[in-house]
Amino acid sequence: MQSRRLTGWGRTSPSTASVVTPRDRADVVDAIKAAGERGVLARGLGRSYGDPAQNSGGLVVEMTGLDRIHTIDVEAGTVSVDAGVSLDTLMRELLPHGLWLPVLPGTRQVTVGGAIGSDIHGKAHHVEGSFGNHVLSLDLATAAGDIRTLTPDGPDADLFWATVGGMGLTGVVLGATLHVNHVETAYFLVDTGQLGSLAELMARQSSGDENYVESVSWFDAVTTGKHLGRGILTRANHATVADLPAKLRGAPLKFDAPQLLTVPDLFPSGLLNRVTAKVFSELWYRKSPTKAGAVQNITQFLHPLDIAGEWNRVYGPRGFLQYQFVVPFGAEDTIREAVHTIAHSGHVSALNVLKRFGAGNRAPLSFPTPGWTLCVDFPVRPGLHELCERLDGLVLAAGGRLYLAKESRTTPDALQRMYPRIDEWRKVRAAVDPTGIFSSDMSRRLAL
Amino acid sequence: MIDAVGNPQSLLVLGGTSEIGLAVAETFARSRPLRVILAGRPGTRLDDAAQRLRGTGSTVSVLPFDARRPETHAEVVEKAFADGDVDVTLVAFGILGDQEAAWTDIEAAREMAEVNYVGAVTVGVALADRLRRQGHGSLVAMSSAAAERPRRSNFVYGSTKAGLDSFYTGLTDALAPSGVHVSVIRPGFVHTRMTHGLKAAPLSQTPEQVAAVIVAAVRGRQEQAWAPGPMRWVMTVLRHLPRAVFRKLPV
Repeated sequence: MQSRRLTGWGRTSPSTASVVTPRDRADVVDAIKAAGERGVLARGLGRSYGDPAQNSGGLVVEMTGLDRIHTIDVEAGTVSVDAGVSLDTLMRELLPHGLWLPVLPGTRQVTVGGAIGSDIHGKAHHVEGSFGNHVLSLDLATAAGDIRTLTPDGPDADLFWATVGGMGLTGVVLGATLHVNHVETAYFLVDTGQLGSLAELMARQSSGDENYVESVSWFDAVTTGKHLGRGILTRANHATVADLPAKLRGAPLKFDAPQLLTVPDLFPSGLLNRVTAKVFSELWYRKSPTKAGAVQNITQFLHPLDIAGEWNRVYGPRGFLQYQFVVPFGAEDTIREAVHTIAHSGHVSALNVLKRFGAGNRAPLSFPTPGWTLCVDFPVRPGLHELCERLDGLVLAAGGRLYLAKESRTTPDALQRMYPRIDEWRKVRAAVDPTGIFSSDMSRRLAL
Repeated sequence: MIDAVGNPQSLLVLGGTSEIGLAVAETFARSRPLRVILAGRPGTRLDDAAQRLRGTGSTVSVLPFDARRPETHAEVVEKAFADGDVDVTLVAFGILGDQEAAWTDIEAAREMAEVNYVGAVTVGVALADRLRRQGHGSLVAMSSAAAERPRRSNFVYGSTKAGLDSFYTGLTDALAPSGVHVSVIRPGFVHTRMTHGLKAAPLSQTPEQVAAVIVAAVRGRQEQAWAPGPMRWVMTVLRHLPRAVFRKLPV
């Protein structure tokens, strides 16, 4: 056990906890039993942006030590893994078998346990739903020190769905059996649309998603005027072997996703400013002209940021925050107003995402609901609080919500209004963990 | 918890009637109302301060605290944390007194040393222990530009603040591994009850201006801050003047 200063990926709000790295399930149960008055919490690869994987003054169980892949059933399309396995490792193991994780977020550097706790989503949400939709069963170490196997429709379905999206507050996920898809290749056939305004972008995005497995837009949040919110819509399907050029057909399942560099921790805060963001946005917009049927690999299409390790350091020591919300279909005006508000706020965001979600799942705290989701990230500087408060107001007025894996500054009241089923979740949690030994900085901050 | 943009959810002010302390609470509350604990000598002044802060939408409680009873300080700090984590703690009590009495009268000298130095140290020890166990939080101590170099006009006050300053500067490093942030604030002349009737020195500040410096120090996790900022350079120059020159200055 060692005392360690922890932050989320945004590097804001540091706190210190005792960290243990168990090697097996018994170690995890021992850690839970050893929890003191400030409780215990599982942590994966620390990719959530705010404070959900911190437990100040308490115990943090670093799950990356439980990293075995137990069985892969190629025919049935299932895989049983420990919770600490990263999606990166898992993809590398699955692809040679022609298997593909249906839900992949913007980075592969997350653990299976974290993916369940945050009920993560990806560009395929409108087809595949979120991560919890593909969990066939999971093993949960509970506050009582026992290990329970939960399934989506079994006798403990309530606890299963409270654990999906439950931010680690129902127990420690030890392992899971996941459903995976079959693919012929590791490549995508990508259609790209370069659209000169937010209205055009949203109009194009509003039809045709059903023809693609993957769909997402990047938009420009710094250029104002008639090009406000211009963007790049990319939509794709898995390429078949026949789709590939001859030189790729020899190894169609090759995992083509290197990490080429690690960003050093020497950048000052303020590097992303109005000028650099404008230059970036201009280049990003121009590099992607409208084009159909381009073959792209995993890095190009899904995970461009995974090329660089520790890329969050570019934002400097004051860190940054991601702001992601969803509003129902019909609230398109809210998206427009949010983009306008951001572009005129003086705060800059370069990596901006707009996507249409499909149906949500049964988890009370799962983020995705049918509608538009928008994600931006801002370097922390004075005045950001006021901007986020204004955006909260827009989101609440439209009946929308924030994503807890990225949330780092809202209020308990706002959260209560965003997640109308939160009390249902609290009831399940109180039953399985009556004294609340599973706790996090986020659970304290938001009174979860 | 202090959130990603620097909003605390709770604040403890030791020296609960301090105008700077109240201004800090008001500045935080303008961004987002919070839970405030005002620790000070019980009485109408403390109650009035609490009432004034409630106007910001904050939840305010008062806690009896006497800087001159160091044997009670651990208990006072425990009580302050009884309702949950405290994100920001502010050591804002102190006396200026009669400077001539302070070096000619044993009781006056002792009172100043006990309040400004001994009390600040004992409170600091208790807060450090509590914050370490909590694993997060900010500890802000009110030092003074007078801590930088003794002057004929207020050297007893300056000596107590110099002691406080050294203690909290060292505490900054001692607590760094535990994730607790310590900030030492060095204001110049501030217009408050304490300085009422004194001739204002150059670069004088209002409590609100000092509060803005403190809030920025908490949000930016600065370990040391001057109020106003340029005071740092003024004092750097003054500190290096030969004594023969320094004592002739009209400061």
